Amino acid sequence: MDIIKDGRIQADTLTHLDQDAALPKGAFSVSLTRWQSEKSALLATGQPLAVRLLPAEIVDDLGEDLPLLSMVVLEMNPFTDGRSFTQIRSLRERLGFRGEIRVLGDFIRDQMFFLHRLGANAFEFAPGTDLKDRLKAFEEFTVTYQAASDQPQPLFRRRAHP
Amino acid sequence: MYQYDHYDQTLVNQRAQQFRDQTRRFLEGELTEDQYRPLRLMNGLYIQRHAPMLRVAIPYGLLSSIQMRTLAHIARTYDQGYGHFTTRQNIQYNWPKLEEVPDILDDLAKVQMHAIQTSGNCIRNTTSDHLAGVAADELEDPRPYCEIIRQWSTLHPEFAFLPRKFKIAVSGAQRDRAATQVHDIGLQLIKNARGEVGFEVLVGGGLGRTPIIGVVIRDFLPKEDLLSYLEAILRVYNQWGRRDNKYKARIKILVKETGIASFAQWVEKEWATIRDGMRLDQAEIDRVSAFFKTRQYLSLPEVDPALEEQIARNQAFAAWVRRNTVTHKMKGYRAVFLSLKPHGQPPGDMTDTQMNAVADLMDRFSFGEIRVTHTQNLVMADVEQQHLLDLWQALDHLGLATPNVGTATDMITCPGLDFCSLANAASISIATGIQSLFDDLDYLYDLGDIRINISGCMNGCGHHTVGHIGILGVDKKGEEWYQITLGGSSSNDASLGERLGPSVAKIEVTQTIEHILLTYRDLREGEETFLDTVRRIGMEPFQERVYGHH
Repeated sequence: MDIIKDGRIQADTLTHLDQDAALPKGAFSVSLTRWQSEKSALLATGQPLAVRLLPAEIVDDLGEDLPLLSMVVLEMNPFTDGRSFTQIRSLRERLGFRGEIRVLGDFIRDQMFFLHRLGANAFEFAPGTDLKDRLKAFEEFTVTYQAASDQPQPLFRRRAHP
Repeated sequence: MYQYDHYDQTLVNQRAQQFRDQTRRFLEGELTEDQYRPLRLMNGLYIQRHAPMLRVAIPYGLLSSIQMRTLAHIARTYDQGYGHFTTRQNIQYNWPKLEEVPDILDDLAKVQMHAIQTSGNCIRNTTSDHLAGVAADELEDPRPYCEIIRQWSTLHPEFAFLPRKFKIAVSGAQRDRAATQVHDIGLQLIKNARGEVGFEVLVGGGLGRTPIIGVVIRDFLPKEDLLSYLEAILRVYNQWGRRDNKYKARIKILVKETGIASFAQWVEKEWATIRDGMRLDQAEIDRVSAFFKTRQYLSLPEVDPALEEQIARNQAFAAWVRRNTVTHKMKGYRAVFLSLKPHGQPPGDMTDTQMNAVADLMDRFSFGEIRVTHTQNLVMADVEQQHLLDLWQALDHLGLATPNVGTATDMITCPGLDFCSLANAASISIATGIQSLFDDLDYLYDLGDIRINISGCMNGCGHHTVGHIGILGVDKKGEEWYQITLGGSSSNDASLGERLGPSVAKIEVTQTIEHILLTYRDLREGEETFLDTVRRIGMEPFQERVYGHH
């Protein structure tokens, strides 16, 4: 299936595993609870590891494990639950996570610019979504006031030193 | 006032374009009703009883004459020839067509205006003192900080989907005219023991269904830390604010349930991680402040003998000067209130003709600027005393000189059942009923400063809980009834009104208010104000008068 990653449409084979689904050969993601209960077995697969977080889950619960993970997947549901935005920012800025941050769920195109600004670099959509249309989300604004993952300085510093 | 540079202008243009595309996608079925709702709300667009309602942002209430003419143009072109100024210093249009809203936003963008974040669960328009920059009791002009907050909060990537709406108010004066104690965050400019100016920060205040007075979370916040501290509060709120029940989702509930000490600890912890990276440069404070210091005031005498003579000769003019103008920090100037509360008119409404005429008066008499007050009037802040008579005559001709500012007929009123789909009861007709008590102006003046606030439902857009007299519309088996409260205030002595007793039927509201006012007149001591009298004598004498008659 195709996803949007790093601003481009790319093929992707990640499988999102249920609580008791058997481990596949390829890359997969598991829930936070499964990660916490099966950590050593999951590490033994040798696969790059991805953990899914729900909006109500706390990123700090992953804290020390973050270096072991190649990806964190934020499940946005419903799309109006804005905790995912703070989760992404905390992962990037406070916890210094450098791996892939992927957004999954019923988020809408109009949120992608903000999610991207905070540090999400991959977006996975429902089957049948027009990904080319979704790419437009990144082009709607060329000006931002705040510093974020995509822009280290707030506008007031860039104004002062053009 | 603040002027956009190409960055600000580009962002507002792009936002208007984005909304045009969002609306097209909704109308073509690409976006569902549920998906479009938060997007339109973040652009101030409600679906109301009769038609959509569009709320346009007036940052901290400040308007130029050019902007006022555009507001008139919008009222005339897209609405039914009027607009409604709100308690958060914005303006609402009650009759635009959904398909035309993108065109309205384009017109607004041409004069550095927008509807960004005037509704929805995000950071709303930052409000301030309508006498900012001209009040004699001011420590520092709060508006540069409002503008800095406006920019920081505009399209903030993290805080567009908060648990609920979020309102910030900033005051720089000794007398709080911005109701900072009933905002999600209230910022009061203060000087510390070392003579440095910074902010006292209040959090968790608010009106609505669960009115609460805000509490101090930080005694003194250095200016340079303004944005990092706001960001820390918002982050804690976004993470921990309740999302299971929208009536418990405001930050006031989080602060109350957590306790201010624990809440402050969370904020401090978050703040420590971002404080260094988010310092506000003095250069930026200076850059923004410079926009608000452009006045070329004349050196004028304190007393103008010609004005004294006009006042002595003309009683109506004298009443207006006394009620609708206030002192200015500069000698020889007055700040002039335009009353949007003429008898028999919905409070806060203004026609396109009035707006255009006022724009001309702004250019002639007050440096081309005007402010919207949170009590739904307007203020021309910089009028030379010698021009007062000319201005009064012009305003009187326009129906904007009703000499009632601060009196019982200067009511705050929400749109109520006539326009709002949330309301349980009418507000506007209650206001006009109360106004009818005051055909005799001497009676009105004799009662002095009284704030009567009316809300058509418990969401409290008419700020009834902080009215000296509060009137709340409730639904009783399909009929409109009204609860009366006494003793509320949103000023320095902020307090929530106390219930007078059982609610009264719509037809009895005017008489009930009359009984309350007569009780005050009978029992006040000397020059005692209504609020002070209520606080001294309590509810009982009012209850006896009101309910004893039944």
